[in-house]
Parts: sequence; structure tokens; C-alpha cells
Amino acid sequence: MSAAGAGPESREGHREPDRTVDGALRTDTADTADTADTADTARTADTARTAGLTARVTTRRGGFTLDVAVQVAPGEVVAVLGPNGSGKSTLLGTLAGLFDPESATVTLADRVLTDTAAGVAVPVHRRRVGLLSQQALLFPHLTARENVAFGPRCAGQGRRAAGTVADRWLAEMGVAELADRRPSELSGGQAQRVAIARALAVEPDLLLLDEPFAALDVDAAPAVRALLRRVVRDSVVGGQTVLLVTHDVLDAVVLADRLVVLADGDVVEQGPTAEVLARPRSGFAARIAGLDLVTGTAGAGGLHASDGTLVSGAASEPLDHGEPAVAVFAPRSVAVHRERPAGSPRNVVPVRLAAMEPQGEVVRLRAGASERGPAWVDGLAADVTPAAIAELGVEPGDELWFAVKATEVAVHPMRRRRR
Amino acid sequence: MTRARRRVLAGLVAAVALGVAACGGSGGEQQAPPSRTLTVSAAASLTDVYGRLKTQFEQADPGTEIRLNFGGSDTLAQQIVQGAPADVLATASTKTMQTAQQAGRIQGQPVTYAANQLQIAVRPGNPKQITGLPSLVGPQVTESVCAPAVPCGAATEAAERAAGVTLDPVSEEQDVRSVLQRVTTGNVDAGLVYVTDVRSADGQVQGIDFPQATAQGAAQSYLIGAVTGSQNADLADSWIRFVTGPQGDVALTQAGFQLK
Amino acid sequence: MTRAVPASPRPRSSRTGSAGHALPWPVWVPAVVGFGLIAVPVAGLVLRADWPNFLSLVTSDAALDALRLSLQTGLTSTALCLLFGTPLALVLARSDLPGLPVFRSIVLLPLVLPPVVGGLTLLFLLGRTGPVGQLLDAWFGITVPFSTAAVVIAQTFVAMPFLVVSLEGALRTAGDRYEAVAATLGASPMTALRRVTLPVVLPGLVSGAVLAFARALGEFGATVAFAGSLQGTTRTLPLLIYLDSQDDLDSAVALSLLLVVVAVVVIVGTRTRDASGVR
Repeated sequence: MSAAGAGPESREGHREPDRTVDGALRTDTADTADTADTADTARTADTARTAGLTARVTTRRGGFTLDVAVQVAPGEVVAVLGPNGSGKSTLLGTLAGLFDPESATVTLADRVLTDTAAGVAVPVHRRRVGLLSQQALLFPHLTARENVAFGPRCAGQGRRAAGTVADRWLAEMGVAELADRRPSELSGGQAQRVAIARALAVEPDLLLLDEPFAALDVDAAPAVRALLRRVVRDSVVGGQTVLLVTHDVLDAVVLADRLVVLADGDVVEQGPTAEVLARPRSGFAARIAGLDLVTGTAGAGGLHASDGTLVSGAASEPLDHGEPAVAVFAPRSVAVHRERPAGSPRNVVPVRLAAMEPQGEVVRLRAGASERGPAWVDGLAADVTPAAIAELGVEPGDELWFAVKATEVAVHPMRRRRR
Repeated sequence: MTRARRRVLAGLVAAVALGVAACGGSGGEQQAPPSRTLTVSAAASLTDVYGRLKTQFEQADPGTEIRLNFGGSDTLAQQIVQGAPADVLATASTKTMQTAQQAGRIQGQPVTYAANQLQIAVRPGNPKQITGLPSLVGPQVTESVCAPAVPCGAATEAAERAAGVTLDPVSEEQDVRSVLQRVTTGNVDAGLVYVTDVRSADGQVQGIDFPQATAQGAAQSYLIGAVTGSQNADLADSWIRFVTGPQGDVALTQAGFQLK
Repeated sequence: MTRAVPASPRPRSSRTGSAGHALPWPVWVPAVVGFGLIAVPVAGLVLRADWPNFLSLVTSDAALDALRLSLQTGLTSTALCLLFGTPLALVLARSDLPGLPVFRSIVLLPLVLPPVVGGLTLLFLLGRTGPVGQLLDAWFGITVPFSTAAVVIAQTFVAMPFLVVSLEGALRTAGDRYEAVAATLGASPMTALRRVTLPVVLPGLVSGAVLAFARALGEFGATVAFAGSLQGTTRTLPLLIYLDSQDDLDSAVALSLLLVVVAVVVIVGTRTRDASGVR
């Protein structure tokens, strides 16, 4: 509960009661944490010993099997990243109680919410799990205030008390003046602020965020994202436990303490946000981090790609030869040539230019496999200046050479967590 | 499988071809189409009797087709007033015939040739031991009658007046067949219908006569007249003579009508 | 009492609309023909009416009794449609019972069944000799046919599908997203139904109820077959109109116009309130 996010002084008066309420909640959680330890340990051998969220979900959906274990400590914000169809929504639905998984255990704040083996399935409305999705989904027949007051009313508060709570949360979200408006009279950003207020007003033990900014205008998203950051990470709630699902790395960077990367239903990577993004080991994480990545096995002086090509680079830690590994480098460290460049020590591979994507100051050249070289270059990126593009005179379909210095390449061990 | 299907197809084609040929042949020579068609608009209660008479008439005169159009007398009269193409009108009340007459749609004087009397229809065995109109009054016996607006209802009212009783029906139906249906389905104990209706119910109901059935206005008169401007005036006349003649009398009597 | 209509933009103008959204002309010809098919006969009714005697025709004892009975039974059966049809629509739209399509087609049966057939089936079930009617008669001394209750039952029978279809459509369009959100906010299923689902589909519920009422008001076949016809008890306006059409066409025309007026008042009244209630 840091004071870092303290807003304008005028809000101090509002915030005080929040702290009290929230403090009580936290204390409660802390008290029960010890007893939760043994229960959790018995249930899932490898779960963290917390009274936050501990979930393990195995279920078949569509074309893949989701098999995920996630822990979120109290007050922690964990982002689940993954491409579409990786199982993110299924995970969220299971946590919220909206889906019936084949096999799952979900424990939140010392309460078993789901335990398929024991036949436990706490209904959605008794889970104390909040959900904020892409669409604000404000109840169209209620004003903004009534929307926010809905949860407290369901919890048994009187109309007036719930209205007071609602006004306080609307003020926190900077939309106090919209209290009497109906959802049809709100912009997307305003509606999402009201929706955040509504989700938080019930003080959930866990808040699930499902791509919460994906449907917002490019203009509105940053402000709402920053607001949510302040709310969930800083002073207002004093550390709301949050599980965020997104495919936008910016959401994760801004909001999350930790990242969990999903691919095809499996956790392929997890760890502190900064660490995962700095040393991505999965294609998706690398791509969202804006990094190039080549998988293979560790060898002397670098990494052997799938076809045996040596990608020269420095290992980030001692690696056994033959150990699964990944070579990572930044697109801006890749040089692009028409002819094979001379000199060493360089990694030089032939590519066929697949696409050109303007990215602010630079143009990102996306490689496709060339008949002359290895297949693993497919998807590699090189960032070059527009001037360089003009000088080279390249266009998609051209045969080019990508070169990167060995010193720019980091080789990480790759530990795929499989269950 | 396919061969069988092909054979069926071939058969179908042949049948259709033959059918077409047969039609062509018969149309040309053998059965000459009826040279004359007579359209008769008749009250619905005459359905059975006229149907039988039509067959007899057509047999006696092969070049003729009788087309029968049954409906409520009032509806039929209205249709003819509006110019519906008909050669003969046969109603079940004097009033409806007058409607057509006043509109100048009836040629000459219509003939009153039959009458129909009311009867109390009860379930077989007469479980409520009904003897006449007075025994219908009161909540222990439920009865259904025609609404006063329709002819059988007017007749019922006349009979009530003559008997000096006021019935307490649970329902006043739009037509006499509905009254009969209430009795046959057992939903009422009794219903006031015509003798012909009881006769047509084939033993599903039993008819109880009562003296006021012959009272002024209680009996239903059947009138028949030729429609003005008919293309088949002579044929219309022969149908009217046929219906009011000996063969008509037999059919009418069998159905329960009284002759006039 | 205010309502929001989700995802249905209010018409900015009741006329053709701006040039950019003009309807293609082939739409207009059949539209005019279709409108004429409905409007011209009604206009003919107006021309045919015996206006000098109109007031006395529609204020006769029989007419007033029929009007009162029609309104009373129509409202009662609409209430019954809401009471039973709303849960029925919820089950059809939200449950995952096996054989739901079969249930749905059974519920919709009265839409395709001739009303007289509906009346007869009710008579065979609830009539004095019917399996249920017999028991009612023997145990409670209740005879359903020929009573005002029979009129209400017949009307409910034919009108219920209109409410169910309309409401089920509204429920499916709204989806269950709002209910899911309400649940995550701590709303029990009953609370979510009462405070979210029903208010969200209220426009569909209202238009379904209006349709059901209109259908009940015009109901003839099932009523005449099952309930019979007796002034003040079972003879509703349509029954009286049909009866009068046998011998008093002026009265039948006048009463038909009365029925048209009642129906128009109900439909226009609810539509207007629906639209003006948004803001």
C-alpha cells in the first residue's frame, strides 16, 4: 500500500474509507493464509504457498487441451499472454465459474471455488471474482451510478449506501459527472471507466481483466490503461489481486508484476514481466517483446538451429551442449544487405522479404524463408531506417541477406514447462 | 436398384402419357361434358337431401350438372343480392327469401315446400328425463340453443313464448349444428335443434317432441325460387318441380322434414 | 418508468430519411401494395358504416357487454401469458434441456393450428366428458366450458405463442453476457433475472404482451368452440360481430370499427410510450 499513486489532494477525503474497507479485507486474507498453506500443498504439490489465487485447469476445448497452473499472490497482478486461441478465455471463464472444466482446482483467498474431483463448484455470484471484459457491458437500463451500485446492492446494502459507494468509485475513475447518464450516452472510454468502477465497487478477492482495452479507441486506451494501473497497483485498493488476459504486450508491461505466456493451451513461459520480456523463450513472447528468436540446441559458441546452422552468440548462463535453447536478438541489431556481406564474426542468412511494416521511426522488414537458406528465418524482423530502405530499393519478394553480430545475440536456456 | 428406379420412372412416364391420351379421347367423343349446368344455392340443412336429389336428377337427365352451393340462408340471400351467379335459391326461412325477393332477384313467386320442427335433443336414454321446455329451466339441466339472431334461435324464442317459459341456456350458438355438437359431446344436457338434425345424428342423440314446436314462428319454412336473369330458367324450373315433386317428398320425409 | 432500448437506434425521421440512406425504389411498390391490402378493407369498413346510427349501435347493451367482456378477458389472458409465457420463453432461450426444438414447436403449435381446432382440443380436454373436465366436475363441481374462464383459457391458448416468440427473440438477441456480468457482481440467478435480464428485454416483453393482447382481443374460433356464446358471459366482441353479421350487418360493421379502434389505441399507445420512455 504505497503512497506513490496518491492523486490530487481533493481525492484524499474519498480515499480514506476505501483504505479502511480494504485494510480489513487484507487482514482477513492474511489471517487465513497460514491455514491455507497446508490445504494448498496437499491439493497441488507445486503451487505457491499463498492465500491469493491458486488454480490448475485441464480441459479440452476446441482443438486443444488447456493445461494451466497459475498462482497469483494477494495484491499481485499477473498477466496471461498468448495468441488468439491459446486458451486464455477458457482459463478466465473457469476462474469466474462461467465454464465447467473437465478437471480443475481453483482456490481463492482460502476458499475452494472449484474442485472437480471433490465435486465443488461455487456458483459465479458467490465467488467474489470480478470480471471486466472488452465490452463495458453496462446494464443498458440503469444509469452509471445504478450500474456501479448494482454490486453493493446485491451484497445487501441499502439504496442510499450503495449510491454513496457508487459515487465514490465513479469519482475515483474521474467520471463522477456522468453518474446520471445512461450507457447509451457514454463514449467507449467513459463506459469502460464506469465498468471498472462497477467491478471494483464489490471489492472482489480477484479481478479478472479480459482484454480490457481491446475495444477502446487508440486515443482512449492509454488513459484508461493508466487509470487502471493506478487503481489496481497503487493506493486506491492497496493492491487488488488481478489476473489480466491480453495479447497486447503494453497491457502487460504497464499493469503486470508477472507474465504467464500461453501457447496452444500450455504455459510456455512465466516469470517477472521485465525478465520474460528481456529474455523471451517462446516465439509469441519474443514477438510481442519485439525481439527476434531462433530455437534450437546449445552448442559451442552459440546455438544450433533446427537445420544445424550455427547462430553465433553468447550464452546468458552456462549451458550444456545439446540442451534446448533459444537465441534472441533485437530487430534493430539486424543489418540488411542486397549482396552477401563480407567480414566476420557475423551471422548471415539469406531471406526472402515477406513484408514491410512501418513502425514509427523505422520500417520493420519481415523475413520469409528463401530457397537459398534455412527455413527458420521465417518471421525474423529487421528494423531499418526509411533512408536505408530507399538506398537499398527493396520491395517484398526480394532476395536479401540478414546479418547480425554475434555480440548482439543472447542464447537462453529454454525450459518448457510441461505437465 | 438403379434399374428398378428406371423402370418405375418409365412406368410413370407411360402412365402420364396414357392419362393425357385418355383425357383427350374422352373429351372429344365418348362422355360429352354436361351441356348445361345449374347452380343451386341452398340452406346448409338441405345438404343431405339435395345431395341425394342431385344424383337422381342427373341420372334422369345425363346432359345436366347440378352444382350445389350450401351455406347459411342469410349469407346465400346476401350473395344473390350482391349478384352472385346462381340459378336457384333454396332458403330455410321466409325472411331470407324475402330479402332476395325485395331486391328483385327472384323470378315469380317462391314455393314453400317443406317445414322443419324443433325437437329437444338429449343424450340417448334421456338421463335427465326431459319431457318438454319447462323441464329445461333451472340449474340442474344445462341446455344450449341458437342465438336469437339466427333463424333457429328465432324459432326457439317463438317456442319459448308459446310455452310461457324463459330458458337459461349456457350458450347461444351461431348455428344449429353447434347446438347439436354440444349435446353429442356431452357438454350440455339438452339442446334445441330441428328434427332433421336429430335424424342426422345417427343415434348419438335422442329427440324429444314438445307441443310448442308447431307454434307460430317456431317451425322453419323451406322456400325455393328461381333467380332472376338465369341463363337456365327452364332447367331451374325442372329442378324446382323435381324437389317439390314425389321424389323430393320421399327424400325430405326420410330426412325428417315435414311436407307442405 | 423509463426504458432503454439497446442497439436499436431511434429513428431520426419518420420520413424517407436522408438522401444517403434512401430506400431503393423496388421496395416501395410492394410496400404500398402490402399496406393497401391491410388499409383499404379497413377504409371500406369506414365507408360502409351506418354513421347516423353508429353511436347507438356501439352503445347497445349487447355491444357494451361484449366490449367490457373483451377487455376484461383480453387483459386477464395477457396477464396469464406473461405469468406462464415469460418463464417458458426463458426456458426456451436459456436452458439446455434435451429436445428443446421439439418443445419449441409444440409451444408454437397454436400459431399454425386453426383456432377452432384449438377450441375443440380444449373442449375435449376440459369439457364435461373430457378426461380433466370429468375430474373437475366430479371433485369440485366445476364446469369450465361456457364460462368466462373458458374464454380466458381459449385466448391464452392462442395468444401465448406470440409472447413467447417475441420474448425468446429478445432474450436471444440480448444474449447472456449481462447475466454473466451481474453474477460476477454477486447477483444470484434470481436477482440477475429480476434486475438485469427482464429489464434488458423489457421492450421485447412489452411488444410480446401487446401482440398477445391484440391476438386475444381478436380471438374468435377457439372461443366459440370451447366457451360458447352468451351475452355478458362468453360473447366477446368478435363473437357478437359474427353473430350480428348474420342478420344485422350495420351493427356488425359498427362493432368491427369499435374493435379496430380499441386495437389501434392499444398498439399506438404502447409504441408511443415505448419510444418516448427512452429518454
